[in-house]
Amino acid sequence: MGKRVGVEVSIAAADAVGMANVDVVAAYPITPQTHIVEHLSELVANGELDAEFIPVESEHSAMSVCCGSSAIGARTFTCTSSQGLALMNEIVFIAASLRLPIVMILANRSLSGPLSIWNDHTDVMSVRDCGWIQVFTETGQDVFDHVMWAFRVAEDPQVSLPVIVNMDGFILTHVIEPIEFWEPDMVRKYLPDFKPVNVLDPDKPTTVGGFGMPGIYTEAKMAQNEALIQSKSHILKAWQELGEVTGRHYQPVETYRTEGAETVFLTMGSTGDTVAMAVDELRSQGRPAGLIKLRLWRPFPFDELRRAAKDVKRIIVIDRAVSYGGPGGPVASEIRSAFYGEKKMPAVTNFICGLAGRDVTPDDYIAIYAKSEEMVTGRVRQEDYVFYGVRE
Amino acid sequence: METLNVYATRLIEKKDYFTPGHRACQGCAEALAVRLVAKALGNNVIVGSATGCMEIISSPLPFTNWKVPWLHVAFENAAAVLSGAEAGYRALVRKGKRPEKGTVFLAMGGDGATTDIGFQALSGALERGHNFLYVCYDNEAYMNTGIQRSSSTPFGASTTTSPSGKFSPGQRTWKKNMAEIVVAHDVPYVATACASYPFDLMEKVQKAARTPGPAYVHILSVCPTGWRMPPNKAIWIGRLAVETGVFPLFEVVDGKYRMTHETAELKPVEEYLRPQGRFRHLTAEMIAHIQKRVAAEYDKLVAKTRL
Repeated sequence: MGKRVGVEVSIAAADAVGMANVDVVAAYPITPQTHIVEHLSELVANGELDAEFIPVESEHSAMSVCCGSSAIGARTFTCTSSQGLALMNEIVFIAASLRLPIVMILANRSLSGPLSIWNDHTDVMSVRDCGWIQVFTETGQDVFDHVMWAFRVAEDPQVSLPVIVNMDGFILTHVIEPIEFWEPDMVRKYLPDFKPVNVLDPDKPTTVGGFGMPGIYTEAKMAQNEALIQSKSHILKAWQELGEVTGRHYQPVETYRTEGAETVFLTMGSTGDTVAMAVDELRSQGRPAGLIKLRLWRPFPFDELRRAAKDVKRIIVIDRAVSYGGPGGPVASEIRSAFYGEKKMPAVTNFICGLAGRDVTPDDYIAIYAKSEEMVTGRVRQEDYVFYGVRE
Repeated sequence: METLNVYATRLIEKKDYFTPGHRACQGCAEALAVRLVAKALGNNVIVGSATGCMEIISSPLPFTNWKVPWLHVAFENAAAVLSGAEAGYRALVRKGKRPEKGTVFLAMGGDGATTDIGFQALSGALERGHNFLYVCYDNEAYMNTGIQRSSSTPFGASTTTSPSGKFSPGQRTWKKNMAEIVVAHDVPYVATACASYPFDLMEKVQKAARTPGPAYVHILSVCPTGWRMPPNKAIWIGRLAVETGVFPLFEVVDGKYRMTHETAELKPVEEYLRPQGRFRHLTAEMIAHIQKRVAAEYDKLVAKTRL
C-alpha cells in the first residue's frame, strides 16, 4: 500500500504523471489547469522527472507537439481546460484518428461566453465525438489512479487511442484531499514501458496521416469507431488489475444505494458526492432514491447502464452543459437513446444545473427530486429539460 | 531518372526519397524543390508536412511517395508537430530508449501554412530553439484550394481572391518577408533558395540540417498553374526571379548576411513579370512602382551583407 498524504489534487495528479515516467509534457497555461503543469515543470526543473517540458505558445500547438512526440514513441501528456480545449479542438480529433495514445487531463471549466473560469462540463461536451476514450473522476484518489490507468489503457497495443481524464475544475483541482500515492513497484507492476504499435523511424519508414479519398474515408472512420468500441474490454481489464494493485475497484457505471431504488439520479464527476448526501436524506425520509454515476463516457457503457437501471422507473439526469436549441443536456440525450426501445423504459427527466461553478447543494437535489416527481406524474407540464435554480 | 547521366544530374545524389508518381501538376517547381530537399537530406530524416499541395499529391491513402518517415497532422502546425517529435526523440535518446542516430527533423509547409495560418506555431518552435529545419515552399498563393491570395502573394498578382479589376490592381500589399521575420527570431541559420538553382538549394538545406538549433530555408517555388504560365517555363521564371532581384538568394548564418547569387546588374523586373498571366494586367506605371520597391529592398539586403 502506498502512503496516504494530504495534498492538493492538482499536485497529486502531476506527481502521478511524474511517477508514470512520462517522456514529453506539452502545455499552455489556463485556469484551473495551471497547478498541474506548474508542478510538472517543477519536477523536471528539479531533476525529479526526466522529461521534456515544452512550454508551447498555444493549446493548438500543445496538442500538435503531443502528436509529434507520441508518433515518435514517447510517452506523452498534456493538460488543459475550457478555451484551451476549444482552441486545440481540431488536433484533438486528428490525434484519435492517428491512434496516438496521448493522455490529457481536462480540468473541466465552462466555455466562454460570458467568460468564466469556473467548473462545469461544457468544455468536454464540445469534444463528445472526438474519438478519445473519456473518463470522469469524482475524488482526488480517482484522479491519481486514473492517470496510471489512462497511460495503461491508451498505450495498450490493442487499444492505441488517446484518453481524456476529466476532473472538475477547482472542486477537484484546487482542493486538498487525503490521497494514497502509489509505491514505485506498484507503478512498475501496473504500467509497462510504452511500446508503440507504429513509430516514426528512418530504419522503417512509414507514412502517417495520409490523405483520404472518398473511396477509403468511410472505411477509415468505421475502423476508428470499431477501435473505440473494442477498447472497452481492455478498459475493464485495466480497472480490474488496478483493483488488484490498489484495492480500489472502478466500474464504467457505479451505483450508490440503488437496491430497491425507483428513482435514481445520474451524475458525472465530482457532483456524485453531493448527490449521494441527498440520496441519504431522501432514503431517511423513506423515499426510494438512488444514484448512478457514469464514470466511462466514451466508449459509452450501454450494457452496464441498462443493467444498473434495470429496475428503475425514473432517472433524473444532472447535466452540466447545454445543447442549445437541442434536446436538453448532452448526457440526458445519451441516456434517453440508451433506453429507447428497451422493454422497460424509465422516464428520464433532465436538469441542467451547476453551470460555471454555481453551487448546487444536497437540498437542491432534494428539490430537483420533488420537481422531477411532479413532471413524471403529470402534475406539471412534462418538459424535455429544466434549467434548475435560475434566479428570477 | 536514376539512369540518366547528363551534365548536372551526374553530380547530384541519384537516390530519391520523394519518389516519382506523385500527383503534382506538370511543371511544378515545388515538387522539384521537395525532391531536391529530400535528396539533400538522405534517409536519416523524419518529415512533418503541413496540409497543402505537397501533402495531397504525395499521400493519397493507401499510397505514398515518401521513402522516409513522414507525418501529416494539419495545416497550421507542422512546426509544432515536428518540435514534438524532436523533443520526444531527445527524451527517448537521453533515457536510453532509442539510439542516437543524428536524425534530422524537417518540417515543411507552403506559404499559407508558413506565413499565414502556421505563423504562430513556427514562431513558437523557433523561439523554443528546437533542433529542426523548417522549409517553406513558397508558391505565393493558396494553390491547393485554387489560387487564393496569401500574405506571401506579391503586389500586383491577380489571384482568385485578389483579382485584378477596374478598381483593383490585384494583390494590394507587398509580399511578407518571411525570411527576415525568421532572422528576427535570432536563429542560427536562415536562407532563401529556388529549385532553378539546385546545387545552391541542396547545399543550403544540408548546411541548415547540420546547424544545431532551428534553421529555416525559404524556397521560391514556381507554380505554372497558379502563375498562369506554360509548365516548361518554370525553371526559367525561377531564374528570372533571382536575376531581377525580385527574390534574392542569400543566407544568414548567426546573424551574418551573405548574398549567395550576385549579379553585376539586375535585370528589369518587367522581364520576370511579363511572361506570367497573373501580372498580365499591370500597367507601365505599376511595373515602375514594383521596380522601385524591388531595387530598394535589394539595396537594403546588400547593405546588410556589408555590416
